[in-house]
This record gives sequence, structure tokens and C-alpha cells, in this order.
Amino acid sequence: MAQHVNIERRRQAIYGWLLLSPAAILLTAFAFYPSLATLWTSLFSRETRRKPSEFVGTENYADLFTDPTFWKVVTNNLIYAGATIPVSIAIALGMALWANSKIPARGFVRTAYFTPTVLPMIAAANLWLFFYTPGLGVLDQIGALFGLPSVNWLGQPETALWAVIIVTIWKEAGFFMIFYLAALQTIPEDLKEAADIEGASRLTYTRRIVLPLLMPTTLFIMVNALINSVKLIDHLFILTKGGPNDASKLILYYIWEMAFAFFDAPQAAAMTILILLVLGVVAGVKFTILDKRTHYQ
Amino acid sequence: MPDTFVEVQNVAKRWNGQLGVEGVSLSIPRGSFVALLGPSGCGKSTTLRLLSGLELPDEGRIIIDGKDVTTAAPSERNLSMVFQSYALFPHLSVAENVVFGLKVRRVPAAERREKLKRALEITGLLGYEARKPGALSGGQRQRVALARAIVANQPLCLMDEPLSNLDAKLRASVRKDIKKLQLDLGITVVYVTHDQTEAMSMADHVVLMRDGRIQQSGAPEDLYYRPANTFVAEFVGAPPMALIDSAMLPGFERATMIGLRAESLRLAEAGKGRLKCRVSECEFLGSETFVGLTHPGARGLTISMPGLRHIPAGENLEIDFADEDLHFFDAEGNRLRHPNGVTV
Repeated sequence: MAQHVNIERRRQAIYGWLLLSPAAILLTAFAFYPSLATLWTSLFSRETRRKPSEFVGTENYADLFTDPTFWKVVTNNLIYAGATIPVSIAIALGMALWANSKIPARGFVRTAYFTPTVLPMIAAANLWLFFYTPGLGVLDQIGALFGLPSVNWLGQPETALWAVIIVTIWKEAGFFMIFYLAALQTIPEDLKEAADIEGASRLTYTRRIVLPLLMPTTLFIMVNALINSVKLIDHLFILTKGGPNDASKLILYYIWEMAFAFFDAPQAAAMTILILLVLGVVAGVKFTILDKRTHYQ
Repeated sequence: MPDTFVEVQNVAKRWNGQLGVEGVSLSIPRGSFVALLGPSGCGKSTTLRLLSGLELPDEGRIIIDGKDVTTAAPSERNLSMVFQSYALFPHLSVAENVVFGLKVRRVPAAERREKLKRALEITGLLGYEARKPGALSGGQRQRVALARAIVANQPLCLMDEPLSNLDAKLRASVRKDIKKLQLDLGITVVYVTHDQTEAMSMADHVVLMRDGRIQQSGAPEDLYYRPANTFVAEFVGAPPMALIDSAMLPGFERATMIGLRAESLRLAEAGKGRLKCRVSECEFLGSETFVGLTHPGARGLTISMPGLRHIPAGENLEIDFADEDLHFFDAEGNRLRHPNGVTV
């Protein structure tokens, strides 16, 4: 009797591992192994023709911390994240609430909002290049109508980062709106009716019922927005190349420069590890602390 | 004459030309229990939503407590509502769900606690304050919805099939609870249901609807003993009234259809019955057995017999009945007023 139970249990275990293996193999080959290899690389010195690579421990990290450009880039990225995450989420929520209400041409509004998401980032950047170009650009043309002087939005350190931030928000808000729209559609209509009978205003209903029910979606979007604030740098290549004077340079762009322009792989690896660490900690905080305060249906 | 609390005057609601309800007029006395009854799609829920203000009528007037509220917002009508799906806020605890409306109306916290405790006491939910609706059984959720309606302390409570998501046993007990609650609180209840047993057992006044129009409005016994037409006859009662083609019974040519309730039928000895029928099935209910009969000129014939009976299907039976138990309907299906035993 016991034997066939054992065989069955083993069969189930094998079956389970077989189902897990494709994902496990792919993740190991393309995520876990590269991460470990990066960590390993970051502990060695840069290999030159005269000096072979040697173990230097945390020296690469120490170098980074004394590098003013690194701190400039970190500051830039914090501003970038601090602006793009809340603003794009707020705009996405606003658009979703609007596109979910009973308005004429609802389908058109939704499509229009979603269009930036469909465009590749490079194409979007080229579009915005046309907006920002001094003299010829749409912004300057409109400004000229009101007698404003020409502004080189991308060419001066004070405005370059903000110009890049606006492109990112424009690109992301429509994408996040889709998630909010989907979540809004799962909220039953009769909750609104019950609130109506109780005399709750539209604002109260949104604040006390809709927003809490959207929390799981908000959490998901926040994690995505955070990841994007680190990884979305395609438009830098078109718009500013990190300039002027590193004013719009972000961490990932700096890593790319370090690895493929300055050919300093260990420094790039050290920076990558730092990013992984920070992202891991933030995601951990979100999924433990915020999760407890979130209602999942 | 009881004072009228809710007055519905000739109300109509149409969707894109399609019929919702048409020409609905109702007069609901204060403190009464009114059931809106009918098959699905008959307009009973629409009528309730028109009362609640969640829909606005295309025609007609609605007056609640002497105030014309035809176009007023739901919150201005001083009513509470229990939804079929209960419409509980899934992220709020039982207590927060119940006091949601009080908070909206800025009732002070001490008073809120007081009212919450009373409402939970009445519905037997004390001890469940901190639970989320997802952690409650169907019956408990239903009681939370009731508690939310009670706590609002409104003179009018609308209920949209509140029992349809409960199992049969629970339904019977909650039915009694709701009825008792209505009497204790002295509120007026308008109750939508498709279940005629519910309507007949709970309501003081039943409004039977079909295709957006009221078929008959009256006390349960009126609908049962004096159905206004063949639709009412065949909808009300378990089993419903049987209808016999008048050609089958000599002497009643003025009527087109003749109605007959199961309890009025008697078995007759062979050759002495008024109709010869064939047994189609037996339904044993414990204290009695309903024996379904078929006859070429009748539909819905059922005879009630005491105790357990096993009559093989296909067997021939003869039935007898008294003339005074017959109901008469004309060609349009409407009840004939004075056909009692009158031959033409």
C-alpha cells in the first residue's frame, strides 16, 4: 500500500521539476549566471596589455565612490526616478479614470493615450527631437508666436535632464493607463451604486473605494516604473548623449559608456552590482511592507 | 385608509426604444412589505432602480413621503438598499462596510460605534467586525448587507433579490429574519424577487409583473384566490393553477379557459370522474405527493395526495372537482367576473 503512495509522490515531484525546468534553465543562463559573473568581474582590476587582470577586492567600488561623475549620475537618476515615477503614475490614473467613464469617443481616447507606448523609444526620441530643436522645433515655433526667445532645451545643463524626463513620462503614462483601465473594469458597477445610495460624492467614492481597490495595480506599476527609471535610456542616445556636461547622464548610460566607450569592464560591473543591490532592496521593501497594506481580491 | 408612503404614477422607462417598464403605478402604504414579483426581464428590478434613483424614468412621477423625487439623486430619497450581489466593499472590514454611509454623512464617531453595535447585534454579526467580506460565508455577507441597510436608519428599504445567492435552507431562515426585522423597525420594504414562495410568504402586498407591465397588484391571497389573468394563475402557487380548455367541460362555453388548483382536485372512481387523465410523474414531498397528470385539453394538471404515493406513469386516473372551485378566463386570458357556475 505504502509503496504505491511513494511512487506516486516521486512521480509528482519529477513532474513538478520538469514543469519548472524550462524557466529555471533560462533564468539561470541569462540572469543568475550573468549576475554572479558580473559580481566576480567587479572584484578584478582592468586588464591592459601591460598589466594582466588581478584580484583587487573592493577597489573598483572605492574608485567609484571617489568618482564625481558617478555621484553626478546617481543624483541625475534619483531626480529622474523621483519625477518620472509619481508623475507618470498620476497621469496614468487620471487618464484611466477619464477613459473609463461614460464619455463620447471612448475608444478613440483610449487609443490616443496608448499610442506613445506602441512607438519604439528611438522613434519617440526622434519625434521629441523635432519638438525640442531650437529655432525649428514645435516648442520654439509656439513660443515665437507669443514673442518668447528661442530655448535650446536639450543643449543647456539646466533643462536637458527635465526635457528627457518629460519624454519618459509621455512614453510611460499611456502604458500604465492600460493596467489601470483593466483594473478599473474589475470593480463591480454596484459598488458605485451602493456608494451613491449612501450619499458618497464622486471624490469620496474614488478616494475610499476606487483607489484602495487599485492598490495592487499601483504597486505593480510602481515596481515597473522604478525598473524603467533605471533601464529606459534609449532616448538619451538620440536626444543628449548624456550631455551637456553630464547634465542628463543616467546610471545605465554611464555603465554603457564605461564598458563600451572607455572599455573599463570591471568598473561597469561594479556599478551594475550596486544597481542590482539597490533595486533588490527597494523591490523587497515594496513587496513586504506595502503588500501587507494592499487588498488583493 | 392607510397613509401612502411611496407613490408611483404612470412611470415608464425605455432603453433605445426597447421596453423597460411601461405605465407602472403603485401606491405603497407606510410600514408595509411590498414584493415586486415576476420572471426575469419583467421589469421588477427596473422598477426598484427607478425607486432608488439609480435610473431616472422617461415618464411619470415618483413621490416618496410626500416629496416629488422623480429626478432626485439616490442619496436625497432617504432610503437604503440591499443588492443582489450585496455590493460589499471588498477591501473594508465588516465594521467599516456597515458604517461607510455614516462616515460619509459625518456622523460623530461615538454615535457611529453605538449604531454599529446595534446593527451587528440585530444581524448576529457581533465578533465579526474586523473580518473582510472575503472571509465570510454567503449568509454572513448577506447579513452585512442587511446591517448596512439597518444602520442607515432610513424609513424605506429596497431589496433586490437579496436571497437569490443563498442555499435553500438558509433562504427560509433569512426570510423569517427579514420579515421580523421589517416589523421590529417599522420600515417600509420594497422587495424584488422571482420566487413566488418568497413573495407570497413575506409580503403584505404583491405586485406581479410581466413584460414591463403590472399584471396584478394585491394581497397574496388575492393573487392566489382571484388571479386577474391566466399569467397570474400559472405563476402564483406551488404547484401553479392548471388551465383547462373550456371545450373539455360542458356548460362553461362563455369562458375560454378554466383554472383549477391542485388542492381542489379529487380522485374519482372509474367512470364517475369529470376528466380522464394519464399520470405523467409523481413528486414526493413528505407530507404529500404531487401527481402530475396529462390531458389533451389541459396543461399543468396536478393532484395533491396525502402521504407517499407511487402511481406508475402512464396509468389512467379520473378526477373530480366542484364547480365553485373553478376560475374562468376569457379569450384574452382575463378573469371573468361572474362565471360562478353560470351556464350560458
